[in-house]
Amino acid sequence: MTALLENEGPRPHGGGSELSDPATDRDALLAFDRLSLAIHGTTILHDVSLALFAGRVTGLVGESGSGKSMTALAAIGLLPDGAATSGAIRMDGRDLVALRERDWLGIRGNDVAMIFQEPMTALNPVHTIGAQVAETLRLRGASRAEAMRIARDRLDRVGLSRIPLDRYPHELSGGQRQRVCIALAIARRPRLLIADEPTTALDVTTQAEILALLRGLVDDEGMALLLITHDLGVVAGIADRVAVMNNGRIVEADTTEALFRHHRDPYTRDLLAASRVPARARRKVPPDPVLAARDVVRTYGAHRAVDGVSFTLHRGESLGLVGESGCGKSTLTRALLGLEPVQGGAIELMGRPGGTAMTRGERAKVSVVFQDPYGSFDPRWTVRRIVAEPFHLTGRPRDADARLAATLERVGLGAGDLDKYPHEFSGGQRQRIAIARALVTEPEVLVLDEAVSALDVRVRAQVLALLDDLQTRLGLAYLFIGHDLSVVRAIADRVIVMQAGRFVEEGPVADVFTAPESDYTRTLIAAAPAIPDAWVKETS
Amino acid sequence: MSWAFRIGALLAGLAVLAAGVGLVWLPYDTASVNIAERTLGPSMAHPLGTDHFGRDMVSMLMAGARTSIAVALLAVGIGAGAGVPLGLLAAARRGAWVDEVVMRGNDLIFAFPSLVIAILITAVFGPSAVNAILAIGIFNIPVFARVARGGALPLWTLDYVMAARVAGKGRGRISVEHILPNIANLLIVQATIQFSLGILAEAALSYVGLGAQPPTASWGRMLADAQTMIYTEPQLAILPGLAIVGTVLGLNLLGDGLRDLLDPRLRRMRM
Repeated sequence: MTALLENEGPRPHGGGSELSDPATDRDALLAFDRLSLAIHGTTILHDVSLALFAGRVTGLVGESGSGKSMTALAAIGLLPDGAATSGAIRMDGRDLVALRERDWLGIRGNDVAMIFQEPMTALNPVHTIGAQVAETLRLRGASRAEAMRIARDRLDRVGLSRIPLDRYPHELSGGQRQRVCIALAIARRPRLLIADEPTTALDVTTQAEILALLRGLVDDEGMALLLITHDLGVVAGIADRVAVMNNGRIVEADTTEALFRHHRDPYTRDLLAASRVPARARRKVPPDPVLAARDVVRTYGAHRAVDGVSFTLHRGESLGLVGESGCGKSTLTRALLGLEPVQGGAIELMGRPGGTAMTRGERAKVSVVFQDPYGSFDPRWTVRRIVAEPFHLTGRPRDADARLAATLERVGLGAGDLDKYPHEFSGGQRQRIAIARALVTEPEVLVLDEAVSALDVRVRAQVLALLDDLQTRLGLAYLFIGHDLSVVRAIADRVIVMQAGRFVEEGPVADVFTAPESDYTRTLIAAAPAIPDAWVKETS
Repeated sequence: MSWAFRIGALLAGLAVLAAGVGLVWLPYDTASVNIAERTLGPSMAHPLGTDHFGRDMVSMLMAGARTSIAVALLAVGIGAGAGVPLGLLAAARRGAWVDEVVMRGNDLIFAFPSLVIAILITAVFGPSAVNAILAIGIFNIPVFARVARGGALPLWTLDYVMAARVAGKGRGRISVEHILPNIANLLIVQATIQFSLGILAEAALSYVGLGAQPPTASWGRMLADAQTMIYTEPQLAILPGLAIVGTVLGLNLLGDGLRDLLDPRLRRMRM
């Protein structure tokens, strides 16, 4: 683990002399040649041309719905029913588009393999990891003993040498499971590995380890890697070449450093600008505590999920709370919102007992915005009913309708949206609805629980700007909970770093980032994927 | 919509229509005996002939549909009426003693062979349609409780339920406002299936003489009555048999079709 941590930071690749060769399709291991794709008549991909090379990492970057996953599925012959393609995907002088399912069976796993975003569901829970890695080898006629031997070897290669073959997926952590998925994918030494958002579901330190592993596999085994991601920081650290995709088209492709330094397409520029959220200017917030926790303890049986934490949040201030999954930040949030009792310490809201002791009127002063813009609303409710739900705490005011309209306008939507249903809105608009719901009772404190984590970068930048504006206008106090340090830096004045139920560091956001005091904070900052400053200075 | 769904809707609709019309009007009285016209073949006056008491078979089948559907409907009503609130309560209090009591009570009812107990209930309290309804209804309760709880549990982890809790709403109110509408599709499908099982159970109870009592017509007793004449007048057994099979098949196809139609995954794709 520590050995891996040492070399896990973003490693700027690409642009060097070794890659100066103008890559031609003739050298390509696999080349998309003007591939177009329509599913049930809806065009998904337009004239996608992209070459993948042995021993190189190609990053395919785009927002949700850009068509990047469909591009990957086309390369492994797993397009959904109703897909109609034109153009070609060339590999070994063959056109993969023309292949029948029977021919694909000899290619998948053997020549082309794939890993997916969610390591929790990509493994079969009732089989041991050894059996799952060996299965793909057994398909090729390897004997049981031989398959197990190779499975052991592959699992060793992905850094699981201390995990026995007879473990089940649920006995492993998320990062370990993704390693098993990688071992499974590389078991037959494919020449092309497709990784679709392989680290999006993982913590930042785990992400860095998995990216380092993938880079190592490409270098050692001469595989081609097609890395699909929404995160430009990730490709900056690992990719040799980058293609940017928007609305089913590749708008720009180049070697990584060249793309970052000399991109020409306005979409790439927007994406890059939105990826590098500027740090918040240092502000002076006069001390005026609205929410405070003193030595708060939350236990589940013998497990201390929150282990004696204290903080004070002042009016008009943004406090960032950063930690990896399982650190206790969500548990702390539920206690602050008064949804769960605490076993020790005290929570205070505006000088009165907080947490579960809050009265209805006091509860209206603390609101929350959740992460998932899709799960945040009852799909059968209209926006009017959704946004009005917190009036349950205060009683429905006389001017409720006017206030609903005003609140929606405040977050950049209109009164005309009141009678629509959540599914009629995009992810970013939904998050605005969630913010409107949180604001409707005119709270003092807004808890933003990973509120922008599920959004595309450009939408994220807009929502962050909205939050910044709302804070200035309404004097709100924010508790901004997140795992992404660069985003927390954009909105927070102070930041707390949480690990295993305790606060390991606290301070003004600039100080914590430039001069972290704890090893854990340093690890987090080093692991966060970042675009090197030098690459973007020229254009910004 | 699939062909199975259409056929199911047609068959079930036919039975419900027959029952509905039978409530207000029957071609002939089914309570009076007319030996002179016994076991007639099909004619203009009696399209499906008459039975061994000279009663019109169309009227008998319609009156039988009335009984079967009323019994099954009320039994489903009892099952859903008691089972759904219990299931919602158990889900809202997951892991608490209420949940334990409800679910272990369910297990207890499930542990009894339902038809045998239904026979026992009607045997002890006397054979009647009301007792048949109660006997079938009681065994519907755990089915609905399980479906409601199973559907509700994953919803309780969603953010919109969390948001409702932050808005100060209690578990009961959240169950009614958020959980119930979002598991309604599951419950409708289950109700369709329980409805068909109810019709079967009513027919079985009537067959052994523990359901609706004469002169109330019932498909199950028509079968039993026709038993001794199966070689001479086979149509007297075949017609109520077809009515039972057709209605149950229709309801099952309808249930399957509704399941596909209301599947949340398919719905999300359409959105």
